Amino acid sequence: MASLVGSRVERKEDKKLLTGRGKYTADVNFVNQAYAYFVRSPHARAEIKKVDISKASKASGVVAVLTGADISNDKIGGLIAGWRIKSEDGSDMKVPAHPPLASETVNYVGDHVAVVIADSLDEARNAAELVKVDYKVLKAVVSTQDAMNSDQIYKDIPKNLCFDWLLGDRAKVKEAFDKADKVIKIDLINNRLIPNAMEPRAANADYNPSTEEITLYTTSQNPHLARIIISAFNGVAPENKLRVIAPDVGGGFGSKIYPYAEEVVCSWAAKKIERPVKWVADRTESFLSDCHGRDHVTHAELAVKNDGTFLGFKNETIANIGAYASVFATVTPTYLFGPCATGVYKMPAAYSNVKAVFTNTAPVDAYRGAGRPEATYTIETLVEKAARELGMDPAEIRMKNFPTQFPYQQTLVHSVDSGDYVTGLNKAMEVGDYKGFEKRKKESASRGKLRGIGLCSYFEACGIAPSPVVMMLGCGIGLWESAEVRFNPTGNVTVFTGSHSHGQGHDTTFAQIAADQLGVPIENIEISHGDTDKGPFGYGTYGSRSLTVGGTAIVKACDKIIAKGKRVAAKMLEANVDDVEFSNGEFVVAKSNKKKTIGEIAFACYLPGTYGEVKSPLPEGEEPGLKETSFFDPANFSFPAGSHICEVEVDPETGETKVVKYTAIDDFGTIINPLVVEGQVHGGLAQGIGQALYENCHYDESGQLVTASYMDYTMPRADNFPDFDLGFTCTPATSNPLGTKGCGEAGAIAAPPAVMNAVMNAIGTEISMPATAEKVWKACNENKKTNSEAA
Amino acid sequence: MKKVTLEVNGKKITKEIQDHAVLSVFLREVLNLTGTHVGCDTSQCGACVVHVDGKSIKSCTALTVDLQGSKITTIEGLAKNGKMHPMQEAFKKLHGLQCGFCTPGMVMSAVDLLKNNKKPSDTEIREWLEGNICRCTGYQNIVAAVKEAASKM
Repeated sequence: MASLVGSRVERKEDKKLLTGRGKYTADVNFVNQAYAYFVRSPHARAEIKKVDISKASKASGVVAVLTGADISNDKIGGLIAGWRIKSEDGSDMKVPAHPPLASETVNYVGDHVAVVIADSLDEARNAAELVKVDYKVLKAVVSTQDAMNSDQIYKDIPKNLCFDWLLGDRAKVKEAFDKADKVIKIDLINNRLIPNAMEPRAANADYNPSTEEITLYTTSQNPHLARIIISAFNGVAPENKLRVIAPDVGGGFGSKIYPYAEEVVCSWAAKKIERPVKWVADRTESFLSDCHGRDHVTHAELAVKNDGTFLGFKNETIANIGAYASVFATVTPTYLFGPCATGVYKMPAAYSNVKAVFTNTAPVDAYRGAGRPEATYTIETLVEKAARELGMDPAEIRMKNFPTQFPYQQTLVHSVDSGDYVTGLNKAMEVGDYKGFEKRKKESASRGKLRGIGLCSYFEACGIAPSPVVMMLGCGIGLWESAEVRFNPTGNVTVFTGSHSHGQGHDTTFAQIAADQLGVPIENIEISHGDTDKGPFGYGTYGSRSLTVGGTAIVKACDKIIAKGKRVAAKMLEANVDDVEFSNGEFVVAKSNKKKTIGEIAFACYLPGTYGEVKSPLPEGEEPGLKETSFFDPANFSFPAGSHICEVEVDPETGETKVVKYTAIDDFGTIINPLVVEGQVHGGLAQGIGQALYENCHYDESGQLVTASYMDYTMPRADNFPDFDLGFTCTPATSNPLGTKGCGEAGAIAAPPAVMNAVMNAIGTEISMPATAEKVWKACNENKKTNSEAA
Repeated sequence: MKKVTLEVNGKKITKEIQDHAVLSVFLREVLNLTGTHVGCDTSQCGACVVHVDGKSIKSCTALTVDLQGSKITTIEGLAKNGKMHPMQEAFKKLHGLQCGFCTPGMVMSAVDLLKNNKKPSDTEIREWLEGNICRCTGYQNIVAAVKEAASKM
C-alpha cells in the first residue's frame, strides 16, 4: 500500500460542508428551547447603580431576566486567566475579578450586564431594551501608551499594571550595547485586530433535570478545556455532569479558545429555568466581545558592528490586555513573545521587558500567531532598518547572522532542534527572483507606480511543551495531547483526538497518519473530535500544536495497537511473538507465508475463542477488544521557520498599496498533506497582509468601538491579493516521530514585516500598520514636499 | 403573519410567516435548511447567498413575503441525484474551503458568476467574489476552484 503521508489527499470533511450538511452550533436546535439575548454595557467604564428588570420581566414571551446579582447569589465563579506571570520584582500578576454578568462595574463596551431569556429571539431582543440600567459613567482608559498614567480602573491594581515582566539579562545587554559600533532604534505599534472567524460565537445548552446533566453545544477550539473551566472554576456543574460538544466550528484563529461569559451564562440559565437556552452572536456582538488580538506599543534597539554582526537586542513593550485577563492573555505577550524576540539570529545578549496594562477595551488574547507575530514584526523591521543604516543588502545582513549549526541554543530560551535558514532564504530569493527586482521596479515606474521589496526571515515556537516546563512557567494546565484508536470488530477504525478541527482538516490528515500506521484504507478510518463524552480529555487546537502533539499521540496509540496485534497474531499463527513483523496492514511470521491481516486480528480480539469456523484464541492473560489510548507530551516545542519576500506597488496619486508578488518558503518539517498545508499558508498570509495593509480595530477616546461592523472594519477580500508563490524546505523536527512542525500560524507571523518592509522600501518612509491608502498617500506627499524644499 | 408560496430546491412550499422574516431566517428557522449561513448583520459577508429565480442574492437582504412565487435554490439543492455540482467538486479537489462557514455562499456566488461569464479571468473572479468574505483560505484556492469548474462546465 502506498504511503498516504505526503500525498495531496482531498479532504474527507468537504462533502458535508459543500452540500450544506455541516452542523454548526447555530444549526443545533432543541425542542422547547428558549433564546438568550444579552444586555451589554454601552459605556466603556461605569458603575452600575441599579438594574431594573421589572418591565422586561413582564414583556411578552419572557421566561427569565437574570443579572449579576443572580449569578453571584448562585455562586457562579468568574472567568479566569490561565497563566500566572510573575513580574521582574518577583511579585504575582494582578488581575481583576471577571464575573460572567457584571454587578458592580462594567469595563468595556459590550461587557455583560444581564441576560433576557424568552420564547423567541425577537421577544428576547425586544425585552432587552426594557432592562433599565442606571450607570454612573466614569472616565475610560483607552490608550495603550498612556494606560499606566491614566485613572486607575481597579482599586487593587495600581497604574493599571497587570505585570512588569522581564526575560533576559539587562546587564549583559548593556555590555553588548557599550561595544556596539551602531545602535539601531525603532518605535512600533502592533495594531489591534479583531479575529473575525466567519462563524459568530454561539452556544446552546440543554439541561436534563432527572440526570442533572448539562449538554452544551458551543463554538469552541477546545471543548475539554471549556468543560473543565466551566465546571471547576465557574462551578456550573460537576465535570461528569457537563458534556461539551463543539460540532463543526467555523474558524477560530484563537478567538474560540476561551470559554466566554455567554457559554457560562447559557449553561447556568438552562439549569435554572430547566429549558434549553440558545444564544447566537450577531456580528456586532462578535466585534464587541470576542477577544481581540495584538495591541503592543514597542521600543526596540539592536546593537550592531559596522560589518552587520548583531551584538545585542532589547525590547520594551507595553501590551494592552483589555479590561480583564482572559485565559491566554498573560502568556501571549510574555512566553509566546519574549523567547521569539531575537528572531532567527545569533544574538549574544538580549532582553524583553513587557508591561501588560488593563484598559477599558475588550479583552485581548491569542490571535493567530499569538505573540510570535509581534516578536517577528519587531525584529524584522529592526533588522531591515539596520541594513538600510549600514548600507547592506537586507538579505546579506540576515545571512550573516543566521546560526548554521543545529540544534541551536538561543540566548534567551529556546533550544531549536533543527532548521536551515540559509537554504530557506536562498530558495526564497531564487523563487522570488530577488535579482530581477530592479527590472520590475523600472517597469512599475513606467506606469507611475512605486515598487518596493521586503524580506522577512522568521522562526516560531509552536506545540507549546513539555507540560512540566510550561506549568513551571505559570501555565495552569498541561499541554500534552491524547488519542484513542478504536478498532471496531469488523475491522474499521475510529480515532478519537483531544484536539479539534475547525478548518485545519484533521479528519483527513489524521486519517492519513492512522492509515499509514495501521495499513487500513483511509475510507475505513473516521476521526472523531469535539465531544467530551466520546474521546479522552485533550487540550484542543491552537498554537499550531495539533499535528505535532495530537498527531503524535495517534502514532503512539497505533504503536500500542500493533504491539497487541503482534501478540494475538503470534498465538493464532503459532509463532514466536518476536518473529511476527507488521507492515502494510499485515502481521507476517518472518521467513514464512503465515500471516493475518490487521482486520482479522481486530475481529479475533472481539471474538476470542472457537465458534464453528471461527478459531481465534487470545494469548493467555490478554484482554479482549482492540482499543488503545496514548497521551503524548513532547520533549520540546517545534520550530518552523522560513523566509518570505513581498513586493508591493504603491500608487503615489492615491496611496493605494497592493501586494503584487509574494514568495513564501517555509520549513514545516515533514508535510502530511501538501494540499492542506498550502491552504494554511495562504490563509495565514491573508491575515498577515490584512494586518499590514487593511485591518485595524479602533476605539475612540471614550472607549466606543468605532470598527464594530464589516462596514467599518476592513476585512481582506478576494481582490486584495495576488496568487502567492509557495515553496518548502524540510528539516524534520526531532521532537516528534513524524518530524512535523506547525504550519497554521506561519503566514500571519511572516507577512506583516515582509509587507511593511516592502512598503517602506517603496516610499522611503517608516509608516505604521495598517498602511492604508490615506497614510501612504500622506507619506508620499510629505516626501514630495521635503524633496521639493530640499531642491 | 402572511402566507407565502415558494419553490425551494424544486419543491413547492406554502408557509405562514412573519412579515419581517428575511429569507435567510425563513430558510434556516422554518425550513431547517441550515446550509445557508449567517455571518453578519450588514449584508457584507455573503455566507447567506442563495439563488432566487436563477440569480445570486444575499438572502439576509430579501423579505420572504416579497418573494411570492419565486424559485429558490440553496446549497442543499445544488447537488443532483447525489452527485455534487462541478463547482462543489472543484472546491473539494482544490481545497477551496477550510472551516466551511463561508463556503455555501461562496459556491452559490461562484455558480452564478459562471452563468454570466463562462470563462472568467482571475481578476474577474476575484472582483465577482468581493461580496463574499472568507477568513480561512486567502481566496487563492477558491479562485483556482472557480476556474477548474469553468473548465468542466
